[in-house]
Amino acid sequence: MITAAAAGLYVCHDCGKLSRVADLPEHPDCPRCHAALHLRKPNSTTRAWALLLAAYVMYIPANLLPVSTIVYLGHGEPDTIFSGVKVLFQTGDVPVAALLFFASICVPMLKMVGLTWLLLTVRFRWMWRPKDRTVLYRLIEIVGRWSMLDIFVISILVALVQLQALATIHAGAGAVAFCAVVVLTIFAAASFDPRLMWDLLDEERP
Amino acid sequence: MEPATSSHGLDELVACHDCDLLHRREPLERGERARCSRCNAFLYRRPKDMLHRTLAYTAASLVLFLVANAFPFMEFKIAGRTQVGHMITGAAELWGEGYAFLSFMVIFTSVIAPLFMILCLGYLTAPLIMGWRPPGMITVNRLIGHIQPWSMMEVYMLGVIVSVIKLGQMADIVLGPAAWAFAGLMFTLTAAIAIYDSGVIWERLDADAGKHHAAKRDRRLTGEATS
Repeated sequence: MITAAAAGLYVCHDCGKLSRVADLPEHPDCPRCHAALHLRKPNSTTRAWALLLAAYVMYIPANLLPVSTIVYLGHGEPDTIFSGVKVLFQTGDVPVAALLFFASICVPMLKMVGLTWLLLTVRFRWMWRPKDRTVLYRLIEIVGRWSMLDIFVISILVALVQLQALATIHAGAGAVAFCAVVVLTIFAAASFDPRLMWDLLDEERP
Repeated sequence: MEPATSSHGLDELVACHDCDLLHRREPLERGERARCSRCNAFLYRRPKDMLHRTLAYTAASLVLFLVANAFPFMEFKIAGRTQVGHMITGAAELWGEGYAFLSFMVIFTSVIAPLFMILCLGYLTAPLIMGWRPPGMITVNRLIGHIQPWSMMEVYMLGVIVSVIKLGQMADIVLGPAAWAFAGLMFTLTAAIAIYDSGVIWERLDADAGKHHAAKRDRRLTGEATS
């Protein structure tokens, strides 16, 4: 059992090619695809923390400000993410409500809490179940895109419901903040290097 | 996969992207996938007919993409009035309301990134099938990997379904030809992306580089022999 880093090998992040650290200059490019080579993603935890903190900050306006306003026969009704889901539950569209609850409330929360936890385990050198934490990381990467659901729904509603006095739907500032949360967490997840979790184990092994 | 020991050459080895463990490359059957022995991450595969199958789905995607963007997506009928929405109407309205960032994200993830994927996949596979190397092959092969996570058609399609259910309470919704084309596009482009394997392209480059070196060496040898 030996890792590429322990064997003195760069793994290209773009094309997967292995190259010997000893054969290359100080800031090397991949001999095959010319991507910059690093043993680990550069400043992985610092970048991930910064993006994640920014996502936490944006999460506040994302939930407090209205994401959309429906003006129906002159009456405006601003909806936040939470009130939108609540209204759907009350009007009986339970499957749609559950879907939006999952995509707009569960997924961003799980992503942020999950990434925070992964970063903490690396920071405090906890060895607990690296394989399961790697699975969690993959899950965070895969599921993140589904949070864009609410943004797409708003864009479609805004496009279709433009009937002036009768019924109009406007986007709200909350949607901007929410979209920022989604994008920031996608970048935060991409900055985190799961190999850092395994490095601790490899260091401990004699 | 077997973990590797230090006695193997670099070309015989492959490292796991998630846990960095080195493995010895082993020949696979067609359609098989190699996974990391420690964390179960995907390592590499040997796809069947990668270039032809990717190009077939990419060509279908291009046609469906054009239909999805040229024709009306949905009609919204309320109290005798009809509102027609196209694929880009949402992004245009958001732009008009001053939400540039939202507008950009919507158009990028639902139109630009999928189009980019279609063009890049076609650009790589069509010439390679015909036996010549497209210029900038390395850059395009890398770009595909970076753009792919931002192509979110399946999420957009779910957004369409949710919107139809939400608006269905208020008014009549009629799906236009673009909506059906987009539903098809979601399947064809997802298939194209799933079949496409950047590894095949990298191997092709390695093989060409090997041939190039051999040719240079032969030229040098024959040159030396004649002089």
